[in-house]
Amino acid sequence: MAVSAPRRQSPGRGGAQSARAHRDLRSTLFNRGVTGVVIALALLWLVPVAWALDTSVKSENDTIIIPATWNIPHFTFSAYGAVFSASDLGRWYINSAIVAIVVTLLTVVTASMAGYALSRRRFRGKAFFYAAILAGIMIPPQALIVPLFREFQIAHLINSYWALILPQVPAPIAVFIFKKFFDGVPISLEQAAEVDGANWWVSYRRIALPLARPAIAAVSIFTFVWTWNNFLWPFLAATSQTMMTIPAGLGTVIDGVGIINALQMSSAVLGALPLVFVFLLAQRQIVEGVAGTGLK
Amino acid sequence: MSASTAPAGALRRATTAERTRTQRPGRNWGNFGLLVPFGVFYLLFLVGPLVYDVVLSFFNASLVKGGLGSFAGLANYRELFGDHTFWSAMWHTILFTLVSTPPLVLLPLFFAIVVNRIKRGQWFFRLAFFLPYILPSAVIALVWLFLYEPGYGLIDGFFNLIGVGAPGWLSDPNLSIYSIVIVTVWWTLGFNFVLYLAGLQEIPRDLYEASALDGAGRWKQTWRLTIPMLGRTTTLVTVLQIIASLKIFDQVYLILQGGPNYSSRPAIEWIYDTAFTSQRVGYASAASFILFIVILIVSFVWLALIRRQERGV
Repeated sequence: MAVSAPRRQSPGRGGAQSARAHRDLRSTLFNRGVTGVVIALALLWLVPVAWALDTSVKSENDTIIIPATWNIPHFTFSAYGAVFSASDLGRWYINSAIVAIVVTLLTVVTASMAGYALSRRRFRGKAFFYAAILAGIMIPPQALIVPLFREFQIAHLINSYWALILPQVPAPIAVFIFKKFFDGVPISLEQAAEVDGANWWVSYRRIALPLARPAIAAVSIFTFVWTWNNFLWPFLAATSQTMMTIPAGLGTVIDGVGIINALQMSSAVLGALPLVFVFLLAQRQIVEGVAGTGLK
Repeated sequence: MSASTAPAGALRRATTAERTRTQRPGRNWGNFGLLVPFGVFYLLFLVGPLVYDVVLSFFNASLVKGGLGSFAGLANYRELFGDHTFWSAMWHTILFTLVSTPPLVLLPLFFAIVVNRIKRGQWFFRLAFFLPYILPSAVIALVWLFLYEPGYGLIDGFFNLIGVGAPGWLSDPNLSIYSIVIVTVWWTLGFNFVLYLAGLQEIPRDLYEASALDGAGRWKQTWRLTIPMLGRTTTLVTVLQIIASLKIFDQVYLILQGGPNYSSRPAIEWIYDTAFTSQRVGYASAASFILFIVILIVSFVWLALIRRQERGV
């Protein structure tokens, strides 16, 4: 960004040129300064993550040196080993994976069917159903923990996978994304198939769904990340250590007593790892997904 | 298909209507059937609990006893309006929203405008700013508890380095909410940053070229062109941010447990404490409903703003 385009675009304007050159120089310096500030802040943004990594490979005694130091006098992975023996982290990984994968599958299937029906099919009361689902976007699940807990209490399903999975499935925003996506896909393919006698299921399953890959990717990644990270509901619904997901389980690690800084930081790193992996694999889809949900 | 001169939307509608006429009777059931699986989840776990919440709020329901308990009428709501612990929790939520929204709207706007001009290495900024957003709240809490730790924490270390005594980030009741705001800005800024980056992509390039020919410098372009053109995105970011902030719970609960001495306890934690510690389900349900109404009002204000902006364009 150092060379400024306008100067090259206005050749031979005579007297104005030196004033403009002066202004360009000033604005270039200003822009470089601003860019420098943002680079510095981006580096600052990485500090907490770097600090957690740094601490996680220290020995416990080296984590309480005052003032804090980035040096690692005794490099060790022992805190990582201790996490697995001190907590049910392995079990939490499995629970989180089961819950996040099943919720993602159910969300993609149910929301894509509903989105497809709302975009393409005709039936009585369609406008009403669409409005009702859109209104659902405004219902904050966090405000519903009490009645939801009660519901599962009555069904005797607290502390089960049912309780962890089912309430996280209905995501009206996912229906909205699929509907918008199908609205933008030309309808001719399905018409051709229906002339050949395809029914609604074949139209959805064989024609519409394969076309919807980008929407499926966006909804899947988001649902997976949100479900994996959800804290409040699993924290309530899982009443035993063995049913907890990673966030709920780590919530209990926080209450640990004694000097366990390295242990806590290695727990944090291990809890973050699957998501960092997903992020690095699907950075483009995640970024495009955020953009898509918000703007279109 | 004689409607070929109509705009695309109208054409699609026309062809759908035409197709429906040719559909065999009974087909509609299949079409409606596609809605059923989602509809079941939606009714059981979203609308159902909402209705149940309203019902519970009129009863003296408790967590340990089954059933609804005795009918309370409006007693829960009446008690709530006089309950200063509830209003102080609501105030913490609103204070948090008021303090966290400006930096979470303006900082990512600034970052996005600057990063959007950088030609190479944009991935680095996306990584740095967006990575924290995808981490679970419990990880955020673990890391920041240690950063804020008095004495050997990194932040105290920095304050010592520049020779200033560090404040009691988590122990000072007047400071605790602001410490949580700092954590939240670090954690969630990336989401808004990416929304702004997407908004910037939508601004047509030739507008910049035209204004450059008119002699507008970078600075002028930013103020007169970029920021006005981002108006819709800014509205979106602001409202999403307000709604997200009103739902604050995780960070405060995990880092401070609402403390010290309830000085940071937000509305959702009050609901949680009332339902699961005091076991007053009916009372907590009434509070949930009030919080729900507040969030609903914000959402409607947003819709009204969007309508107005769209008419303006």
